Amino acid sequence: MMVMTVEQAVTWVEKTNALVQSNKEYLTELDQAIGDGDHGLNMSRGFQEAEAKVSSSEYETVGGVFKDTATVLMSKIGGASGPLYGTAFLKMSMFLRDKPSVTQADFAGAVEEALNGMKQRGKAEQGEKTMIDVWHPVADFLKNGQNVNAGKLVEVAEKAMEGTKDTVATKGRAAYLQERSKGHIDPGSTSSFYLFQALADVWKEGE
Amino acid sequence: MKKVINNPDDVVREMLEGMTLAYPEQVRNLEGTTVLVRKDAPVDNKVAIVSGGGSGHEPAHAGYIGPGMLDAAVAGEMFTSPTPDQVIEAIRAVDSGQGVFLVIKNYTGDVMNFEMAREMAEAEGISVEQVIVNDDVAVEDSSFTTGRRGIAGTVFVHKIAGAKAAAGGSLKEVKEAAEKVVANTRSMGVALSPCTIPGAGKPNFQLEDDEMEVGIGIHGEPGTKREKIAPADDIAEELLQKVLEDSVDFDKSEVAVMVNGLGATPESELFIVNRYVHSKLSEKGINVTHTFVGEYMTSLEMAGFSITLMKVDEEMKQLLDAEAAAPAFHR
Repeated sequence: MMVMTVEQAVTWVEKTNALVQSNKEYLTELDQAIGDGDHGLNMSRGFQEAEAKVSSSEYETVGGVFKDTATVLMSKIGGASGPLYGTAFLKMSMFLRDKPSVTQADFAGAVEEALNGMKQRGKAEQGEKTMIDVWHPVADFLKNGQNVNAGKLVEVAEKAMEGTKDTVATKGRAAYLQERSKGHIDPGSTSSFYLFQALADVWKEGE
Repeated sequence: MKKVINNPDDVVREMLEGMTLAYPEQVRNLEGTTVLVRKDAPVDNKVAIVSGGGSGHEPAHAGYIGPGMLDAAVAGEMFTSPTPDQVIEAIRAVDSGQGVFLVIKNYTGDVMNFEMAREMAEAEGISVEQVIVNDDVAVEDSSFTTGRRGIAGTVFVHKIAGAKAAAGGSLKEVKEAAEKVVANTRSMGVALSPCTIPGAGKPNFQLEDDEMEVGIGIHGEPGTKREKIAPADDIAEELLQKVLEDSVDFDKSEVAVMVNGLGATPESELFIVNRYVHSKLSEKGINVTHTFVGEYMTSLEMAGFSITLMKVDEEMKQLLDAEAAAPAFHR
C-alpha cells in the first residue's frame, strides 16, 4: 500500500521539476508541432518556482505542500497549463485538508478531485487530446486500488500519453489544426506523464 | 534566431518599461505587475475596459489604452496568457464602481485565466462582465470544441466597447455593444513566413520560398493548409471568400474593413490587398464605411496579413467614429 508523507510530497514537486527541466526543449518541440511552442518554457518557469517555494518552507501536512504548489503554478505558468495544474494541486489540497498522513485511498480521492476540477476548468472530457487523457486513466487506476505500484503507475500514464498521438484534438490550441493534429503526442499529456513518473520515482524510493 | 533583445527572459518586462517611457502622458505601469493602465485610472463614473493576452501582438494590447478605448491591458509572457493574479490587479486598479468589462480572445488559456480573475474580483464585490472574441473563420465553429480563435477583430471590440463606455454606457450596455461586434465580425489570415518566440529560439514551422500557410492565427502556430504563393489579388480573394461565405450575411450591407499586417509585411503590400478588397466588395454591392490598414494585431515578426470585415449599423458607425486617443489608435 502506497502512502504519502510531507517529505514525499515535497520530493514529488522536486522530481517533477527535474523531469520538466531536462525535457524543456522536448516539451517545446511537441508544442511547436501542434500548439504555440511555449509549453516547455512555461512549465520550466512554473515548476522551478514551485520547487523553490516548497523546498524552502516548513509544512505540517501534504495538503499544505499542495496548496503552495497550486498558488505558485497558477501565478507562474500562464497559458492554459497554469490554471489547470494550479487547479489540480488546489483541489488535491482541498480534498486532503489537514490530514497528517495520507493513505492510498486519500490520495486516490485527491487525484479524482483534481481530475474533476481540471475537467470543469478546461471544459474538457477524456479523448480530446489534452492532459485529461492522462489524468483520467491514472485516477481510475489509483481508485481501483489493486496492484498499485510504481511500475504500474508509469505504465498506465505512459500508455495514456502515447494514446494522444492518434487522437484528433477538439480542445486546446491543437484543436485549430483539426485533422492535422493527428500523429503528434499532446504536450500537456506529456508534462502530466512527467508528473506521474516523478510520483512513481518517489514511491520507488519508499519501497 | 536574430532579434533585438537582451535576455529572452527579460523581453516582456523591458518592453513594458520602454512602452511606459514612450507614452508617459497616457499610460502607467502598476508597480510589480505586467499591467499598464490609463494614467488617470480609475476614471470616475465609467465602466472600465480591460483586455490583454500574451505578448508579441504589439501594438495590442497596451497600445489601445486611452480615452475611448481600454483602461488597462494585461501582458502575459510571449504568446502566453497572463495569470489570474495579474488580471485581478488590473481589474482592481481601473474599477470606479461602475464595473469592469473584460475583452478576452478565445484561447483556452486566456479564457481560463481571465475567468479565474473574474471569479476573484466578483468575490471582492466588483461587478465584472466579459465578451469572448472569436472572429477567425479559418477554424470551424463548434460548441463541442475550443471553437474559433480571436484575432484582429478584437481591435473593433476594443474600439466599440470603449466608445460605448466613454459615452456613459452601463456595464450591460457595453456588453451588448461588444457582443454585437463579435456577432458581426469575421477575419482570416495568411502567413508568408513564420515567427520565433525569443525563449524558444526557433520558429514553429518552416515555409519554402514559394509557400504560404493559409488560416494561421496570431501565435506562430501552423495554419489549416499550405499552398503555393500566389499574386496578392488571389490571396486576398481566397481569404475574402472564406470571410464572406461564413455565417454573417454581408449581402448589401455596410462594413468596416481592417487589413492587418502580422509584423513583417510592408504597408505597401497591405494597401495592395486593401485595393482588391474594396473593388471586390463594391462589385458585390457591399458598402465600405471605414477602412483600417496597418499593424493592429501582430504575431511577432511573421510576414503575412489578415482581412477583417465587420458588418455595421448606425450605432456601430457612430461608436467607430467616436473620439479615441490611444497610442496606437486615434479618431
